[in-house]
Amino acid sequence: MDWNWDFTWEILPELLEGLRTTVIATLCGYVIALVLGLVWTLLRRSPSRILNQTVRWVTEFIRSTPLIPQLFFVFYVLPSWGLTIGPLTAGIITLGIHYSTYTAEVYRAGIADVPKGQWEACTAINLPRSRVWLDVILPQAIRRVIPTLGNYLIAMFKDSPMLLVINVSEVLLVAYQEGGRTYQYLEPITVVGVLFVVVSVISSILVRRLERRYATT
Amino acid sequence: MPPPDTTAGSPTPEESGGASTGEGVSTQKSDVAKGGATKGVAATELPRGAAPGIRFEKVVKRFGHNVVLRELDFTVGPGERVTLIGPSGSGKTTILRLLMTLEKLDDGLIWIGDETLWHMKRGDKRVPANQKHLHEMRKQVGMVFQQFNLFPNMNVLRNLTEGPVRVLGLSKDEAVERARGLLDMVGLADKIDAHPSQLSGGQQQRVAIARALAMQPKVLLLDEVTSALDPELVVGVQDLLRDIARQSDLTLLCVTHEMTFARDISDRVLMFDQGQIVEEGPPDQIFGEPSEQRTRDFLQAVLAT
Repeated sequence: MDWNWDFTWEILPELLEGLRTTVIATLCGYVIALVLGLVWTLLRRSPSRILNQTVRWVTEFIRSTPLIPQLFFVFYVLPSWGLTIGPLTAGIITLGIHYSTYTAEVYRAGIADVPKGQWEACTAINLPRSRVWLDVILPQAIRRVIPTLGNYLIAMFKDSPMLLVINVSEVLLVAYQEGGRTYQYLEPITVVGVLFVVVSVISSILVRRLERRYATT
Repeated sequence: MPPPDTTAGSPTPEESGGASTGEGVSTQKSDVAKGGATKGVAATELPRGAAPGIRFEKVVKRFGHNVVLRELDFTVGPGERVTLIGPSGSGKTTILRLLMTLEKLDDGLIWIGDETLWHMKRGDKRVPANQKHLHEMRKQVGMVFQQFNLFPNMNVLRNLTEGPVRVLGLSKDEAVERARGLLDMVGLADKIDAHPSQLSGGQQQRVAIARALAMQPKVLLLDEVTSALDPELVVGVQDLLRDIARQSDLTLLCVTHEMTFARDISDRVLMFDQGQIVEEGPPDQIFGEPSEQRTRDFLQAVLAT
């Protein structure tokens, strides 16, 4: 089985188009994961037992089930309840919600790491709750977890090919279809691998740079 | 249970602003030079006017099965400066933390002026205080911590303006002006844009003192404020606090292991052991001729180190 360069160049534009979808899905999902994760964390600290326990078990459930059944659920089950969304949107939402249960844990750890003295200083100057969170606790907690959150971006990127199960034309699905059309799988699948390595390495460098920047001061 | 006879009229923060210019100026004196860093305290920045007294009435505080305070009674007069000494675990810090509402009261009453800190009136009954009541009561109290607890995500200026802007409702300009005055007073005017991590322990503690004063409390709690400092930085911070104590009308409660400082700063010393007051009196008496054996043992142990 020889490597066919002509075929490689022929399919590359389509694969890059697929990669674009993959990156978009990852980034949009990531934004959802970052925001929603924080919401989960704060709700879990709510004094209302019903609320914090509900959130606890729902997030526990989502985190403990695989991404693929969740994709199926959002894309195939929700429409039967009258909620129909396109594959890409469904993929982004599911990816975001799935990973928000991980980022929630990251935020929780970051908040727990803020020294007790910071809370006490807030009480001593009589700061209202909202200000304690916005001005003192969250800025410190988030700073601490930026590297970890960055790693989740890379993890999400590597999980995003799973969106092919609901027909999102991301890079792996495109490669798979090219292979099916021509019965030549070597080039498309290998190129996908290379593309993933390239993007992951670039992201890792960026994340490490963030890490250095926020670890020092 | 009547309120303590410790309140002299209602406190008016405004009294401090205008009236004090005259006497404040002459304060750049003798002990200023000692620490090297103390610039001399301008009394304009310090809370003036009636400070409330404090009274503990059968106060109980437990941590699990461990009873730290057992029906503790004591009174601190308005504007009085009291130092609490005693072996660790004797409940001194707990007293300050109860006053700052960092620990919950288990039983008894704590009076600040003619109001109870942990209870509010409903009809003629006393019910546990809600957040609003605690928020109101806390306005009178400030605290300086052993570990400074400055906000590391804010520069010095923001550390000092956060409370006045967010809690007291000062305008940005007013808060900045107040912060500048206080930084001047603690000798750190040039550090206004620095971050806490760029400051020495002594400088951080000065900023923390300024932050507490920026809220213009009537009662100031000092919790082993020099214990975390390198030895050469202790004197500067102590000198600053001595000046502040002399020139303000703050009611001061101080927990310290520095006996010389305790002697200088306080009108009265309370010796604690196992959540009870063993002995109390003016510093000269407690440090000079303590009558209780436990006080003598404690002082001997502390001075030996």
